[in-house]
Amino acid sequence: MTIGRRTVRDWLVGAPLLAIIWKDILLETRTKDFLVAVLVFALIVIVVFNFAVDPTPATVGLVAPGALWISFVFGGVLGLARSFAVEKERGNMHGLLLAPVGRDTIYFGKMLASLLFMLVVEAIAFPVFAVMFNIPMSAPGFIPVALLATLGIATVGTLFSAMAVNTRAREVMLPLLFLPVALPAIVAAVESTGPALFGGANDVQWLPFLGVFDAIFLVVCSVVFSFVVED
Amino acid sequence: MAAGTGSTPAIQVEGLSKAYGRTTVLDRLDLEASWSEVLVLLGPNGSGKTTLIKALATLTKPDAGQVRVCGLDAARSGAGVRRLIGVVTHEPMLYADLTAQENLRFFARMFSLDRIEERIARIAETVGMAARLGQRVGTLSHGMQKRLSIARALLHEPCLLLLDEPESGLDQEALALLEAIIKAHAAPGRAVLMSTHNLDRALALGHRMAVLSRGKVAYQESLKTTEPAAVRAAYLRYTRAAT
Repeated sequence: MTIGRRTVRDWLVGAPLLAIIWKDILLETRTKDFLVAVLVFALIVIVVFNFAVDPTPATVGLVAPGALWISFVFGGVLGLARSFAVEKERGNMHGLLLAPVGRDTIYFGKMLASLLFMLVVEAIAFPVFAVMFNIPMSAPGFIPVALLATLGIATVGTLFSAMAVNTRAREVMLPLLFLPVALPAIVAAVESTGPALFGGANDVQWLPFLGVFDAIFLVVCSVVFSFVVED
Repeated sequence: MAAGTGSTPAIQVEGLSKAYGRTTVLDRLDLEASWSEVLVLLGPNGSGKTTLIKALATLTKPDAGQVRVCGLDAARSGAGVRRLIGVVTHEPMLYADLTAQENLRFFARMFSLDRIEERIARIAETVGMAARLGQRVGTLSHGMQKRLSIARALLHEPCLLLLDEPESGLDQEALALLEAIIKAHAAPGRAVLMSTHNLDRALALGHRMAVLSRGKVAYQESLKTTEPAAVRAAYLRYTRAAT
């Protein structure tokens, strides 16, 4: 199929949004900065929690969701800090900003790349978590929870990563800025993970709540991003 | 009006002001550059050269004033302006862990260019980097990275080149190449604005010079009709006055 003189493949491959995602994937395959740091951190948290609380069938439902999301969220913060650090080095952020695209394109490109890396880490860490906490490996109900919660974390985290990268203590600043804003999404993720993994119902509709959180912050963060990256 | 044509100047800056905190960097600055012209910006450190180039490149938002680049209002048509300019600064704006070719391919996609591989081959030949395209940028010398940075700026065939001290780190061969690129760019429908601390290079390449002092254009003169000695004396007078 062609659009004008270019094929659909040309449009997809040439699209700036996809170019940013592909560039981040290529950089990650070379440096492995994001995946190794986040995965190691997530696995350590899961193992430490397993030994600390020694989950039994009676307690696993109380402990496992919190342990899982602590490992994903704090691991994600480590990775998100790298997301804009690579753009800060060597003036690459200016290189991105000189492209004839809206600032929101840059934001969505960076956010989707971070989302992809976080989902890869979760896909690797979850089976380890399932074995350690003796829960079923196959939990289809957990997939929408993981997708929506990770999207919320990446959405807010990408904006604050862009903000924190210009501060002197960016590793400290990012969690300080990010965690209070992302807290509703983290609480919703923890609350909806229990029923998704162990059955039962929630009093609150946490999954729609996550959807609304994501929609609101996708719009707000993409707009605020343009103010954050300009002098 | 199409970029690069007609009576609209290549650059038109009116009353441009920019402050960082309490420090005023640009103070109601007025400046114009014509098509086919190489306008050289001179001035001591902190006189506002880099901030002016950033404002022209839509990298910084002015506090007041109007900036028109290639006939487009930079405040309203930022993306349109960026499509028409090529920028080289102190920073390479290149990813160290990607190869030279991957870097150029990425920037070509950011500009939604067609015939990407053909363009890359041509521009690499122009800047003398054809044999180094497969090399990671982090392993290239500073001079080679600068050449690649120039290639990145020229890839989309911009109307206006904005060069912020582009000669830093270049060897004699690369300097000759840069001079040839600048001279070639001073053609109808094109223009160059270059900041430098090297007055000899300004005299050799520029058609006109503007000396910035304390955020204003303190002196501007045609370099083609004025004696080099007079230009040199004026340059020294205004730069010393500012420091």
